[in-house]
Amino acid sequence: MTQTTTLFTNARVIDPEAGTDRQGAVLVQNGLIAAVDYNVTDPDQLFRTRNIGSADVTIIDCGGKCIAPGIVDIGVKVCEPGERHKESFKSAGLAAAAGGVTTMVTRPDTTPTIDSPETLEFVTRRAQADAPVNVLPIAALTKGRNGREMTEIGFLMDAGAVAFSDCDHVVTDTKVLSRAFTYARSCGALVIAHPQEPGLSQGAAATSGKFAALRGLPAVTPMAERMGLDRDIALLEMTGAKYHADQITTARALPALERAKANGLDITAGTSIHHLTLNELDVADYRTFFKVKPPLRSEDDRQAVIDAVRSGLIDVISSMHTPQDEESKRLPFEEAAAGAVAMETLLPAALRLYHSEQLDLPTLFRALSLNPAKRLGLACGRMAADAPADLVLFDPDSPFVMDRFALQSKSQNTPFDGQRMQGRVLSTYVAGIPVYRRD
Amino acid sequence: MPHAPTAFDPMSFNQRHLLGIEPLRPHEITAILDLADSYVDLNRRPTKHADALQGLTQVNMFFENSTRTQASFELAGKRLGADVMNMAMQASSIKKGETLIDTAMTLNAMHPDLLVVRHPHSGAVDLLAQKVNCAVLNAGDGRHEHPTQALLDALTIRRAKGRLHRLNIAICGDIAHSRVARSNLILLGKMENRIRLIGPPTLVPSQFAEFGAEIYDDMREGLKDVDVVMMLRLQKERMDGGFIPSEREYYHRYGLDAEKLALAKPDAIVMHPGPMNRGVEIDGTIADDINRSVIQEQVEMGVAVRMAAMDLLARNLRASREADGAV
Repeated sequence: MTQTTTLFTNARVIDPEAGTDRQGAVLVQNGLIAAVDYNVTDPDQLFRTRNIGSADVTIIDCGGKCIAPGIVDIGVKVCEPGERHKESFKSAGLAAAAGGVTTMVTRPDTTPTIDSPETLEFVTRRAQADAPVNVLPIAALTKGRNGREMTEIGFLMDAGAVAFSDCDHVVTDTKVLSRAFTYARSCGALVIAHPQEPGLSQGAAATSGKFAALRGLPAVTPMAERMGLDRDIALLEMTGAKYHADQITTARALPALERAKANGLDITAGTSIHHLTLNELDVADYRTFFKVKPPLRSEDDRQAVIDAVRSGLIDVISSMHTPQDEESKRLPFEEAAAGAVAMETLLPAALRLYHSEQLDLPTLFRALSLNPAKRLGLACGRMAADAPADLVLFDPDSPFVMDRFALQSKSQNTPFDGQRMQGRVLSTYVAGIPVYRRD
Repeated sequence: MPHAPTAFDPMSFNQRHLLGIEPLRPHEITAILDLADSYVDLNRRPTKHADALQGLTQVNMFFENSTRTQASFELAGKRLGADVMNMAMQASSIKKGETLIDTAMTLNAMHPDLLVVRHPHSGAVDLLAQKVNCAVLNAGDGRHEHPTQALLDALTIRRAKGRLHRLNIAICGDIAHSRVARSNLILLGKMENRIRLIGPPTLVPSQFAEFGAEIYDDMREGLKDVDVVMMLRLQKERMDGGFIPSEREYYHRYGLDAEKLALAKPDAIVMHPGPMNRGVEIDGTIADDINRSVIQEQVEMGVAVRMAAMDLLARNLRASREADGAV
């Protein structure tokens, strides 16, 4: 491989670890960040001290725009195998690159389920061939995501699974789940769960409240999330497993999470970009692009979740990218499929919280890049020497109107269609190599 | 002889569809009720024909079983001179896997003018209305709305009480699953009445308090001094869902009998959208008491209200087609 050296100068460097957002330069060598320098006045001096011939360096003037560690997106649904017409590794990879996502952590809720080393190998092979960004697979926790028998956690880890999850299927049999937790702990495996009381949430299309009552939609109480989380926390106390809650979306679940962390359990939590930036009223006249799982919550819940991201109680923001074709969405709200494509809108949507002065950029990237990488034991997600040069260059202010047909995804089910957004990705680098550049 | 409608201001009803009560403004509700009053008179004549819908095609699409509502819409259309077609959607293409939108597009190609739709899912009629270029009337969508039922109830109340405001109205029973309750709650609220919702808390969720209604789980307390008692049908499947322990306990606590009704005002009227479960939510003798029960009037008003609603929508449809030059 040819040695490459790139210097990003005149950049606003977002360092989520140090919590800083300041002018500087980032030197990339051989796919790694070689140095982050906040005092560069003369690049040649930097090259001399590091023994680099200036002729070999590609200098990229960032024009005062932001550079941050690339996003590590936990819970991306790529519809291979099974529903390649909705999303393939190629289209998902392009969408990721265009959204500043440098690592997709993919879900196993495909058809068939990714629950054996053989299917996992297929996925890994497809991903390597087609996706320009890093792809790390999650495997199912139980076979067929049926909640009855645990998968071959050891073999699957050997084959590259970074975590285990039945996605939105809650394992209702607590005995099965406690054994899976115990076994996963012995392998050092991370379990990702969907905290939800399935009896209460069965058939629900909305969160109970005035809006659901007015629209006549079957609804689930926000308490169902806390009940699911409480149960999982009790099992963690029993088993000592390493646990991540995929989406915490309600205020009432937060104290339970806080207590579990204070008690020293190995627990982290994520939330989805949709629950951070939209609320139940956005569904309006049964707009099915706003149907997600769990359903959008009240504004009070949304604000509480934003506060929890700011304080660090919620660790991770994910896109929960879920492609659905037009047919799955052009149905009455109750019958329509849940989920939204979100990798390309993840950063612009997250920047709404920056523009509303609720989260600063280092805090955002702590949840988008640093924490998910740390949780999965990855070296990326940091703006520091020797970290992989997975980087996103973006303009946080550039305004645009979202047009869903301009998305790279094969499916265009975004709730942000037609909305005004501010901030876009300019270019994305994986291991120092450009994988996306905005024209 | 063609029936001459009463003086009417075309600007007072400005809707393309009748999808629910929620989008209507109070004067639009009044406009429908005023016109319906004149159709009540027509319907009581020996010759019941008018020509408001002459030349127009009305299609009744019922994705859910219905006898009464469908018959009422059919009669309303026929009395106004429309060509009426009934489609029993349960037995048709839906079973063959066709989507709602494809069904709508197929039907749209036949150029209907008025589409009357009932569907088991909330919001399905809204979705369909976006895809067709005729006037759509919601004949009930899931738990969402049933606007013509609320309008016929309003007309019944207005004729019995002489007004449709500042009344104490109790709606009793399965509020949670009832589109009739929702539409009534919205309509009666818009017309500035005080509404009480009475039923077991499993069937009357507390969220309804946010609509400005008072919630009672004690029926005796809730019925005190009300002008109107609206009973709702208790659907048998609610028993299996564990919403109530048994029919007999429900009847004991929430069934309307003479003793409970005695707590309401002496001239309070009793309503029921039908079909009734005698001995479950209502005592048969009360349902049949011509001094208290207006249940038969409700059925009569139903035809008149549906005639008025279709007449008004057809006027707007014709006006918009003339404006488009497609006469």
